[in-house]
Amino acid sequence: MAPSCLVKGDEVVKKYGDFTAVDHVSFSVKRGECFGFLGPNGAGKTSIMRMIQCFAPVTRGSITVDGMRVGTHDRAIKSVLGVVPQDDNLDQDLTVIQNLVIYAGYFGISKKNALKRSYKLLEFFHLSDRPDIPIRELSGGMRRRLTIARSLINEPSLLILDEPTTGLDPQVRRVIWRKLASLKDDGVTMILTTHYMEEASRLCDRIAIMDNGKILDVGTPDKLVREKLGDTVIEFVPSAEEDGETSKLLDTLNEKYETAGGVFFIFSKEPDGVLEKLANIKHTTLEKRSATLEDLFLNMTGHHLREGA
Amino acid sequence: MITHRALYVWRRNFTAYKAYYGSSLLGNIGEPILYLFAMGFGLGGYIKSIEGMPYINYIAPGLIVTSSMYSAVFECTFVSYTRMTVQRTYDSMLATPVSIPDLVGGEILWGATKSLISASVMLLVMTIFGLYTPSLGAVGILLAVLATGVLFASAALCFSAIAPSYEFFNYFFTIGIAPMFFLSGVFFPLDSFPQVVKWFAVILPATHSVVIMRYFFHGSELGAGVLLAAMFILSIGVFLVWLAIRLVRKRIVV
Repeated sequence: MAPSCLVKGDEVVKKYGDFTAVDHVSFSVKRGECFGFLGPNGAGKTSIMRMIQCFAPVTRGSITVDGMRVGTHDRAIKSVLGVVPQDDNLDQDLTVIQNLVIYAGYFGISKKNALKRSYKLLEFFHLSDRPDIPIRELSGGMRRRLTIARSLINEPSLLILDEPTTGLDPQVRRVIWRKLASLKDDGVTMILTTHYMEEASRLCDRIAIMDNGKILDVGTPDKLVREKLGDTVIEFVPSAEEDGETSKLLDTLNEKYETAGGVFFIFSKEPDGVLEKLANIKHTTLEKRSATLEDLFLNMTGHHLREGA
Repeated sequence: MITHRALYVWRRNFTAYKAYYGSSLLGNIGEPILYLFAMGFGLGGYIKSIEGMPYINYIAPGLIVTSSMYSAVFECTFVSYTRMTVQRTYDSMLATPVSIPDLVGGEILWGATKSLISASVMLLVMTIFGLYTPSLGAVGILLAVLATGVLFASAALCFSAIAPSYEFFNYFFTIGIAPMFFLSGVFFPLDSFPQVVKWFAVILPATHSVVIMRYFFHGSELGAGVLLAAMFILSIGVFLVWLAIRLVRKRIVV
């Protein structure tokens, strides 16, 4: 039987000159799972993706895909990979159908087979209306769907999705999520990067939270949130005249909290007690809700806006 | 190693070309044909004969070389550069089993194909106007065009690989290509130039292509000069293919 682990990274380092983008990272992706890399811009997510797809050389350490090592078996790895890049690189000189058929050609798929698969994929992604129009006539959402369709032309066993829904409107995003979920049901292994916590919690079986080139934690979204933050979050916005009272109170109560843009996020094991005490401070908002992946993300990578991000 | 996958890249370019071949062909052969008739008839009126033939017949083979050269270098500078940078076509191809040598091989082969297309049309026009009598030599002409196309496509791709912007190609065209147009013996025998220019002309690949083309075009006697020219074109061509792979890899892989 094939081993359960499809992609394995071992002490992976990626350097660009003196800059270390990925710093001794180890991870493993199981067959059939959707594994997400989450992190702020510049965390090293895209570098990991580019190494897995044999595009950027691994500086140190090793990555294997289905037992084949990146750097020595690139051609074999690339033939079982589907890649959805962060930046659109559909072939602008070709029509919709040509984009799929010519791309299939790069894999050595025969024209007859390529046409059959292409029409099936266009159908699946609701693009079969006008297969002969040039790419520039497609909307952003259609281009993205076509890019994902293209990545499936070689029936890959591993799909690499680098921010698959960035810049799309909520409707299109939901369509793409549904399609990706149904691919996962068909057993396609996926590795995904995203900024959208909702996307990660909907699609990913497990996530790795990254920052500054390192993996901070790995686990299922729910478990990570519960372990790190507990079940609930209190959001508290004090009135303008408040003078450090809130942080003083929270510090004496020994509660874990974060602030961002004048909002306090309190991750308490005893939310009701804290809620009662906070109610005595003048405020505009006081709300208790379930903790989400977004809270965890902000909690782990910090609230400050990164320079150059 | 360049594999058969270079042909997949070639096929991609051919498919895209089919949508705009009219304008492309006009761009590639319009100017050489204009030169042929303007210079051939205009200047030809004052020159009784040159090396025993009418002036227009004298410049015809050289213009096949220059149209081949321009077709290949336009393709592998502006058009390849656009695929490499703006359109990110290279990135998408390299996510498949196509490797960098395959990609570069396919681009160069396509550039050389553009040379073949232009040269074939030129040859047809020349046949219609009675400047060329079709013979078995046509095979030699087209083989010489192919080798010339590979050489210039590779040189152009090397430049694309190091170009920071489109403006950079001005260097290539002004310093590299334009002198070849005038100094490679297309319009005048090299003997008429000062010695310094003659030495310079010898290192220009187009000079050697013109020598080979004259041989096949006029069916003259095969001399050592032709064989040396062929060796020059082939060896520089192979070197430039190798260099193009190296430079494209250096640009893309970080």
